[in-house]
Amino acid sequence: MRWTSTRTQLPSFWRTTLHLPAIEPLLEALVTATRVRLAEHNIAAPRLVGIHSGGVWLARHLAAALGVEEPIGELDISFYRDDFTRVGMHPTVRPSSIPWDVEGRHLVLVDDVLYTGRTIRAALNEIFDYGRPASVTLAVLVSRNGRELPIEAGACGARLSLPAGQQVKLRGPTPLRLELVERA
Amino acid sequence: MNLQLTPDGRLRHLLTIDGLPRRLIQDLIEAADSLRSVALRGNKKLPLLRGRTILNLFFEASTRTRTTFELAAERLSADVVNLDVASSSTSKGESLLDTLATLEAMHCDMFVVRHPDSGAAHFIAEHASPGVAVLNAGDGRHAHPTQALLDAYTIHRHKPRFEDLTIAVVGDVLHSRVARSELRAFGILGAGELRVVGPRTLLPPAIEELGVSVHTDMDAGVADADVIVMLRLQRERMRGAFLPSEGEYFRRYGLSAERLKLAKPDCIVMHPGPMNRGVEIASEVADGPQSVILEQVSNGLAMRMAVMSHILGAQVPA
Repeated sequence: MRWTSTRTQLPSFWRTTLHLPAIEPLLEALVTATRVRLAEHNIAAPRLVGIHSGGVWLARHLAAALGVEEPIGELDISFYRDDFTRVGMHPTVRPSSIPWDVEGRHLVLVDDVLYTGRTIRAALNEIFDYGRPASVTLAVLVSRNGRELPIEAGACGARLSLPAGQQVKLRGPTPLRLELVERA
Repeated sequence: MNLQLTPDGRLRHLLTIDGLPRRLIQDLIEAADSLRSVALRGNKKLPLLRGRTILNLFFEASTRTRTTFELAAERLSADVVNLDVASSSTSKGESLLDTLATLEAMHCDMFVVRHPDSGAAHFIAEHASPGVAVLNAGDGRHAHPTQALLDAYTIHRHKPRFEDLTIAVVGDVLHSRVARSELRAFGILGAGELRVVGPRTLLPPAIEELGVSVHTDMDAGVADADVIVMLRLQRERMRGAFLPSEGEYFRRYGLSAERLKLAKPDCIVMHPGPMNRGVEIASEVADGPQSVILEQVSNGLAMRMAVMSHILGAQVPA
C-alpha cells in the first residue's frame, strides 16, 4: 500500500502499529508539489526558509532537489510564539538567520508538519521583521487536521487525519523518518 | 523560601545572584546569545513583551544603566516609563510604599529598581503586588545581578568552559556590588580559580568565605589569569583614608600593558564602566585588542532582554 498525497486518512494498519511509511515517497511528493506550485506562479528563483528543526532539514533537501544554490534561511520562531506568556522562554532558542535580503524575494517557507497553523503564523511575523517578501509559498511534508488558524500549505507531501491525542513528528537529520507520538 | 523563584523554579524577580541555580544562569546565557543577533537585524524589535509595561524606577542617577534597561524593554516591544524619583513625590514626603501603590495602580508589570540603599529592591519585591515583578538594577553595595550575568555571558562568548578559567577581580571590591554579584555568579558557574586583587583597605573582611583567593600584590594576582575584571575606583575614596593617591594606586593596582603581559596571552580584560583611565586602567589596555569592554555593553542589552523575557514570559498577565 502506497501513501500518496491524495490519501486523507491514515490506514488502520499504521494507526494500530504506530508505524509510518518510509520517508522517500513523501519527500518525492513534496518536491514535485513544490515544483508544480512554483511553476504555476511563475516563480523561477525562489529562496528557501526552514523552520527549526524539521523544516530546516527539509529545506536543505528541497534546495538540492530544486537546484536552489543560495543558502537557506533558518527560523526559530520561539520569540514569536503567541503562547509565550503561558509557556515562557524556551531554554534552547537558536538565533534565526536569513543570510540574504528578504525584500522583494519569492520565499518558500518549509516546515515538517502543518497542524494548528500557529507556528506558520509566528514564522510569517518573523519573516516580515526581516523585510517584505514578494510572496511566501508554504511547503510542508505533512498537512494534518486540526487547524486553528486560516493557513494552508501551497505544497505538501501528504495529507492525513489523526485523532487529537496523536502527533506526527519528523526525526532526523540523518536519516529522516516520521514517528507517531501520543500527546501527553 | 526564595523570593526570586516560582515554585517550579522560574524567575519571579531578579534581586541577587545568591541562590540562583546554575541551570537557570546557563539558560539566561543561552537566551542572551539568541537575543544578541536581533540587534544585527534591520528591525531590532521582538514582540515578546508587547502590551506589557515596565517602569524604570531609579532612585540613583545612572544614565548608562537606565538606557540599557530602557532599550532592552523597548526591543521586546514593552511600553517603558522612566521615573526620576529624585524629582517625584517621594521628595515631597510621600513614602516609598505609597509611591509603589500608586505606580501599581497604573498596572505596571515590572519595576526596574536602582537604589542607593542595600536591600531596597528586596524590600520592594516583598511589598509588590503578585502581578508585579522586580528587577534589581543595583542596590547600595549589595547586588547588581544583571551586570554579573552579562559579564558571565561575555566570558562565556570567549571562553565557554568556566571550569578551566582563572578569573581575577581587581580593585575596590569592598564598595562594589558588581564584584559581589560577579564572584557569586562565577562561583555558581564553577570557575576554576577566583581571585580578588586589591589593597587590604578595599577588600571586605572574610572575603575568602566566598571561595576566592586574596592577593594584595597585583602582579601575583593577575599572573596567568584568563580573565581580568577591573573595577571602578571611586575617586572620593582617594580623599578618605583608603588610599594614598591616584598615581600611587595606578602604580600598585592599575592595569598597564606591561602588567597585562603577566596574564595568559589570550586573557580578556573587562570593566563594568564607567572607567577612570589612568587610575585603574591604562587607555592602551582599555582600547587594546584584549579589551572586551565595549562588547560588555552590547551583551548587557541582550542579557537584560533575556532576564525580562524570562521573568515576564513565565507569568500570565494580571
